[in-house]
Amino acid sequence: MFENFDLSLVNWSRGQFALTAIYHWIFVPLTLGITFILAIMETIYVRTGNEEWKKITKFWLTVFGINFAIGVATGIILEFEFGTNWSNYSWFVGDIFGAPLAIEGIMAFFLESTFIAVMFFGWNKVSKKFHLVSTWLVAFGANLSALWILVANAWMQSPVGMQFNPDLARNEMVNFWDVFLSPVAVNKFIHTITSGFVLASLFVIGVSAWFILKKRELVLAKKSILVASIFGLLSGLMLVYSGDGSVRLIARIQPVKFAALEGLYKGREGAGLIALGIMTSGKEDSTGRKVYPVPLKLEIPNLLSYMAAGSWNAFIPGINDLIDGNPEKELLSVREKIKRGQYARETLARMKESRDRGDSLTYRQLKDKFYDADFKENYFSYFGYGFLNDPNSLIPNVPLTFYSFHLMVVLGFYFLLLFIVFLLLVWKDKLDNKKLLLWLAVFTIPLAYVASEAGWIVAEVGRQPWVVQDLLPTVAAVSHINASSVQITFLLFAAIFTGLLIAEISIMIKQIRIGPKEGGK
Amino acid sequence: MFETLSHVALQEYWWAIMSLLGSLLVFLLFVQGGQTLIYTLGKTESERSILVNSLGRKWEFTFTTLVTFGGAFFASFPLFYATSFGGAYWVWIIILFCFVLQAVSYEYRSKPNNVFGPGTFENFLFINGALGTVLLGVAVATFFTGSKFSVDFAHIARASDVAITRWESASHGLEALLSFHNLSLGLSLFFLARVMAILYFMNNVGEESILARTRKHLLINAIPFLVFFLFFVIRLFLIKGYALDPSSGEISLEPYKYFRNLIQMPVIAVLFVGGTGLVLFGILKSWLKLSTKGIWFTGPGTVLVVFSLFALAGFHHTAYYPSTYDLQSSLTIYNSSSSRYTLTAMSYVSLLVPVVFAYIWYAWRAVNNKKIDAGEINAETHVY
Repeated sequence: MFENFDLSLVNWSRGQFALTAIYHWIFVPLTLGITFILAIMETIYVRTGNEEWKKITKFWLTVFGINFAIGVATGIILEFEFGTNWSNYSWFVGDIFGAPLAIEGIMAFFLESTFIAVMFFGWNKVSKKFHLVSTWLVAFGANLSALWILVANAWMQSPVGMQFNPDLARNEMVNFWDVFLSPVAVNKFIHTITSGFVLASLFVIGVSAWFILKKRELVLAKKSILVASIFGLLSGLMLVYSGDGSVRLIARIQPVKFAALEGLYKGREGAGLIALGIMTSGKEDSTGRKVYPVPLKLEIPNLLSYMAAGSWNAFIPGINDLIDGNPEKELLSVREKIKRGQYARETLARMKESRDRGDSLTYRQLKDKFYDADFKENYFSYFGYGFLNDPNSLIPNVPLTFYSFHLMVVLGFYFLLLFIVFLLLVWKDKLDNKKLLLWLAVFTIPLAYVASEAGWIVAEVGRQPWVVQDLLPTVAAVSHINASSVQITFLLFAAIFTGLLIAEISIMIKQIRIGPKEGGK
Repeated sequence: MFETLSHVALQEYWWAIMSLLGSLLVFLLFVQGGQTLIYTLGKTESERSILVNSLGRKWEFTFTTLVTFGGAFFASFPLFYATSFGGAYWVWIIILFCFVLQAVSYEYRSKPNNVFGPGTFENFLFINGALGTVLLGVAVATFFTGSKFSVDFAHIARASDVAITRWESASHGLEALLSFHNLSLGLSLFFLARVMAILYFMNNVGEESILARTRKHLLINAIPFLVFFLFFVIRLFLIKGYALDPSSGEISLEPYKYFRNLIQMPVIAVLFVGGTGLVLFGILKSWLKLSTKGIWFTGPGTVLVVFSLFALAGFHHTAYYPSTYDLQSSLTIYNSSSSRYTLTAMSYVSLLVPVVFAYIWYAWRAVNNKKIDAGEINAETHVY
């Protein structure tokens, strides 16, 4: 498929990055959401002067601290892995991608780390209001950090605001605001942080439900459920709204990912949305492409067309249309895109050769092409395809993307329902005897993590093979290192992250069992 | 405002910012130094708890500065990020491992059911403090001594093997440990971190039994620090450096390049000598029992010395990340930086740095207005 590349290196590098990101993403959503829940609880404490709210705040603060530490540990690896494992990528887009990372450090990390110290150690040292402001600043700092890394990620999914510099073989930023305010960035930020808010709300409700089941800390549990169910419900509504926006954007900028989400191979007008479905194992078609049909499904007619294009009868291209091309619908085949990408790369190579042999006229002419609107639209925009040989390599893992997407969506609606039910019951103080429901809330905690990780898989697995959409595939982005080195570090990371996760869960469970007596000392 | 600056001026501005961030990071490594002294200065569980908690309220600043240093390097000099991190793979990965271990250790060390026991997390802190500082020093030393790598942008257009930067040593960074010159900076950083930690404890800890041990260990660590530091600096001033010809862009070896840089940049020379003086003054004043505030001399002195070392590496037409494999692949602040537009945009963000310093100072003072002792630890609701 990629006979010119060391696939073992590419796959281990991808595996290592995925491992780190997935572990990191276990801890980040809780931090994003629980900091706001803490800030709301402390605000109530400061406004009412009710010591019970202080006790509640301090209990959840202990939980937050345990989770935060390991989130930080996994986060540092991610930042540096762009350099260690993806050095070509670091240069090819570093002019654009590096800026949000630096801004994240200066604007968000320091805010977070400085005022966390006040949160933990300032209770008896600073005024109530100063402490409260610190808590809010930590919440904003954590989410500001998410903003910048998501701006960077959004740019990889939808590269905008840049110009390729052929002399330096890299993309350079020409409009910061296009990068910062791209619709993908805005939508991704809202969708991601609200998913964190929902997860944190479910975590708080689940733990509180356990206290009620054990007939312990009833005041803490009910007040926590009240805050978390309102916060979770409002966040959940935003989550659904931004999710809808995400789907529309994916349909436009990453149509192969969109088709994979629905397991749609053959495009059609008035396409239906598969609400639930079971994919059968893949069979190769005549072109050698593995196809995964969905014979058992619950489909809502025409809804996919409406979701993607705002029209009930709009044509939605399937994977086959996008890979093989569809002249009727003016869709280029991947083979054609590969040719155009190769032409763009050849132009770059010829430009370099002409410069080296001192042919300044040819050099100038070839260089100018990269600034020509027609060349940019028809050739450079397919630059990444020039690294590929096999059109089928453009298809991501369809079953994984399909199931992750549907699992995420179904669970998202279930979470909304759960928030409504818990809000109503806690409002009417009728939770104590609802054992089944309380256990359901406890067991929903892992489901929240499943949905959250599924979201990551949809976003990142669904866009394969691209590191930067259409411009740089993973095979061309890796560092020049041995696959065996990455294998070793993959195993080391896997071992240490797993060990630390076990420690984290063990400590967390113990602290919850101890309850606010110690946590709220 | 920044739009009026030339690309060269912005590149120099950003090298100054990186030098400042790097020097602050080295100052904050007192946390790492302290982590290697927990069992040396703390003889009882209570004393060790005081030391860990004293450091635990600062570790995030070091960690955050390291992360910001990395992010800012990526944004301002992405070719360094691509070349060094992707090439000297093992050195950076081991450094990262050390910091992963640190990040959880404070929070988990004393928590019940932490699976591995408090000793494991204390060992993690020691590993971070010892290996992390030595390797960081070795990595920075290669800014002067060079590494084996090549850079060719044209590779991206080739049919295969498209890596732009290539490390030409199979040990991917570990070969830097074989140079005693590199190691001398690593070891001087290790002992400097311990010296600063002792001075920090003198200023931050109120437990007499701990303070009684600090003076002796101050000298034990200050002497090797001075020996290794002097060896590194004297040799640095004697070796050939990697000079950039500004008109042709050619890199060549120049005798006494770094010493020449020092004397031809008088401001940097003053910072270097003044900084060294402050470092020594802080140590001596504390050793002679004249003050417990030595950290406020040695710390800023460290910032000045490290800043001037970075300046010697990158300013005055010098290749700050030299290649011993292919001289012309060496990185200078001019051939490895981001575009003028990106540096301009980032420069506006850099205006926030004084604001960040201001709120760190304010918050730090607010929660550290009292020395830490056993009573303070017992009264605290959040203990590491």
